[in-house]
Amino acid sequence: MKAPTRPSPLEALDTTDERLVLRRGALGSLANALARIRSGDIGTLPIIVGIVLVWALFGILNPVFVSSTNLGNLLVQSASEGIIALGIVLVLLVGEIDLSVGSMAGVGSSILGVGFVVHGWPLSATVAVVLAAGAVVGLAYGLVFIHFQVPSFVITMAGLLALLGLQLVLVGQTGSINIPFSSSIVRFMEKDVLPHLVSYVAAAAIAAGYAGVSWARARRRARAALSSRSVASILVPSVALLAGLEFACWYVNRAGGVSDAFVVFAALVAVMDFLLRRTHWGRAVYAVGGSREAARRAGINVTAVYLSVFLLCAMFASLGGMFLAGWLGASSTEAGTGNVNLDAIAAAVIGGTSLFGGRGSAYSALLGVAVIQSIANGLDLLNLSSAQQFMITGGVLLIAVIVDSISQRARRAHGRA
Amino acid sequence: MHPNDGRATAATARPILALHGISKAFGAVQALRDVSLELWAGEVVALLGDNGAGKSTLVKILAGVYSPDAGAIEINGQPVSITSPADSRRHGLAIIYQDLALCENLDVVANLFLGRAEGRLLLAEESMERQSWALLRSLSAKIPSVRTPVASLSGGQRQTVAIARSLLGDPPIFVLDEPTAALGGAQTAEVLKMIRQLRDRGHGVIVITHNLADVRAVADRAVVLFLGRNNGIFDVREVPPETIVAAITGLNGHAKGQPAEASAGASTP
Ligand SMILES: Nc1ncnc2c1ncn2[C@@H]1O[C@H](COP(=O)(O)OP(=O)(O)O)[C@@H](O)[C@H]1O
Ligand SMILES: [Mg+2]
Repeated sequence: MKAPTRPSPLEALDTTDERLVLRRGALGSLANALARIRSGDIGTLPIIVGIVLVWALFGILNPVFVSSTNLGNLLVQSASEGIIALGIVLVLLVGEIDLSVGSMAGVGSSILGVGFVVHGWPLSATVAVVLAAGAVVGLAYGLVFIHFQVPSFVITMAGLLALLGLQLVLVGQTGSINIPFSSSIVRFMEKDVLPHLVSYVAAAAIAAGYAGVSWARARRRARAALSSRSVASILVPSVALLAGLEFACWYVNRAGGVSDAFVVFAALVAVMDFLLRRTHWGRAVYAVGGSREAARRAGINVTAVYLSVFLLCAMFASLGGMFLAGWLGASSTEAGTGNVNLDAIAAAVIGGTSLFGGRGSAYSALLGVAVIQSIANGLDLLNLSSAQQFMITGGVLLIAVIVDSISQRARRAHGRA
Repeated sequence: MHPNDGRATAATARPILALHGISKAFGAVQALRDVSLELWAGEVVALLGDNGAGKSTLVKILAGVYSPDAGAIEINGQPVSITSPADSRRHGLAIIYQDLALCENLDVVANLFLGRAEGRLLLAEESMERQSWALLRSLSAKIPSVRTPVASLSGGQRQTVAIARSLLGDPPIFVLDEPTAALGGAQTAEVLKMIRQLRDRGHGVIVITHNLADVRAVADRAVVLFLGRNNGIFDVREVPPETIVAAITGLNGHAKGQPAEASAGASTP
């Protein structure tokens, strides 16, 4: 009698179907990636290409654009818009929209001005009140959406007007409340950066964290007799990540340094990405976005998913509003108006989150806002008027939507619609 | 609750599922009126009826999607109320819908474990993927990868995923709404084989179908609905197909609210 043989790595449980085309090793990974792109599974590729093109273009037109100082500024400028876009990503994932994030940010900024400056509340209490205001508004949207089945764009459009009114009431008399330059919130937005050493250690920790998580996952899969990544295919991207992050820190540290506000934004993106990919809640969000009816019948608490998503979106918007106030050094009736709303939505879409639900990731807020802010910043450096900025940003949004739609067609042609 | 627990014991004296006098109206449309049905462990009941007879409505009541206006549901002789899909599943019912109810953006593993993903705080991906492979293999299912989105699968593969999904909790009762409607010959035979397997393992199965050949192939009894009412319960092996067709089309004269049991082949397995 033959002793049972252990499955060799080539016979992992998930690679035994004879119709699978297996490609192994580093060249195999590359071939797999190319095959995926051809079938419309383009992931973050277009957005990365887009960022490179934008930076190359503005760098050629005005070398100041790629200076350490300017790229450092870009990080700060991205923080408030990025946090707002992160909320938009969540509502888009369930196939809904919140058109009032700009006004919600305006209200957050106004509460900061009235509470923190006029009434002298401590910063922590002010932050709590601002977040609570966002939570109340988001909860209200969610409840109206669930109980009256009104489309979310209508509810949030009504909310946009109501919040705009509230913002006028809060800062109305003067039209603007200046926040002292010495205050903690303005310092946080305009001056506070990671100490250089901390930034290098943090960059190393991120790369080590990536490698560690990937390795632990490969171990778990191997133990479950599933195919897993080889050590080399984990090490190569980890080292590349390490080199990239350390270089970026060094480059930005030559001037201002890595803004604390940006670090907060990036950390929020990482946390949301983790929650979306690894938790039951995140899985439920994608399920509702893919098919609300299928999710409901499977016993997923669809009501709770919608409530949580609207709630988080409005809270991120109110938090983004505080960042905005700190950055502008004032709470004005202008805060959150103009292009804040549409820029946040455009950032989420340009970053690769589908308008139709179920597809996208938290990182699309980071990537999308990088494109939007790079364009705004670059056009500023070229002394273009905001009229031209609007038109160019609109064009970029259109290109992003067209790329999305082309890749969707490729997915459908390859049966991955 | 394990399907084999109660076999050949005193529990067999009761049907595992019994509906009494179920009624449901949508506005002016009386979709179901005083409908009764029994299902025993280890049998396949075909639920028949013309379009609009109320079959899907009855399934959705069992699924906890609709609540009945009147009537009672008993599981193993115990009255239960099914007010949500979670309720339905907790009472041991597995529902497979006509439209399969899959999330196309999610992969096969996520769809198999939709609504019951494993893991305490974080998703236990490896455990779920392992079970997915084991399950699909036990059904001799051909799925190239459990990590591709369901959108990339063929119709038959999707049906397999839907049936495999309902098998996961090993529920005692299966309800399949037109499982073969969209399938070709070979795939239909495959699904019917799967249904027979379920019965032989001691599960009770309700199959909705339009196809009398399917009924003769797998069903023990046929329950016919006509315009939302019971219109006969037949022992498939003893009653000629013409009788069942007459009941489906309402030509057997029992359609006017007569107690349906009167025409039954009065059979319990
Ligand atoms: N959600 C609903 N709203 C209104 N009428 C419905 C609804 N669902 C079903 N009906 C009606 O109830 C009747 C039975 O439908 P259904 O159960 O789908 O029949 P079957 O599945 O037997 O073809 C039909 O007249 C249908 O139009
Ligand atoms: Mg039907």
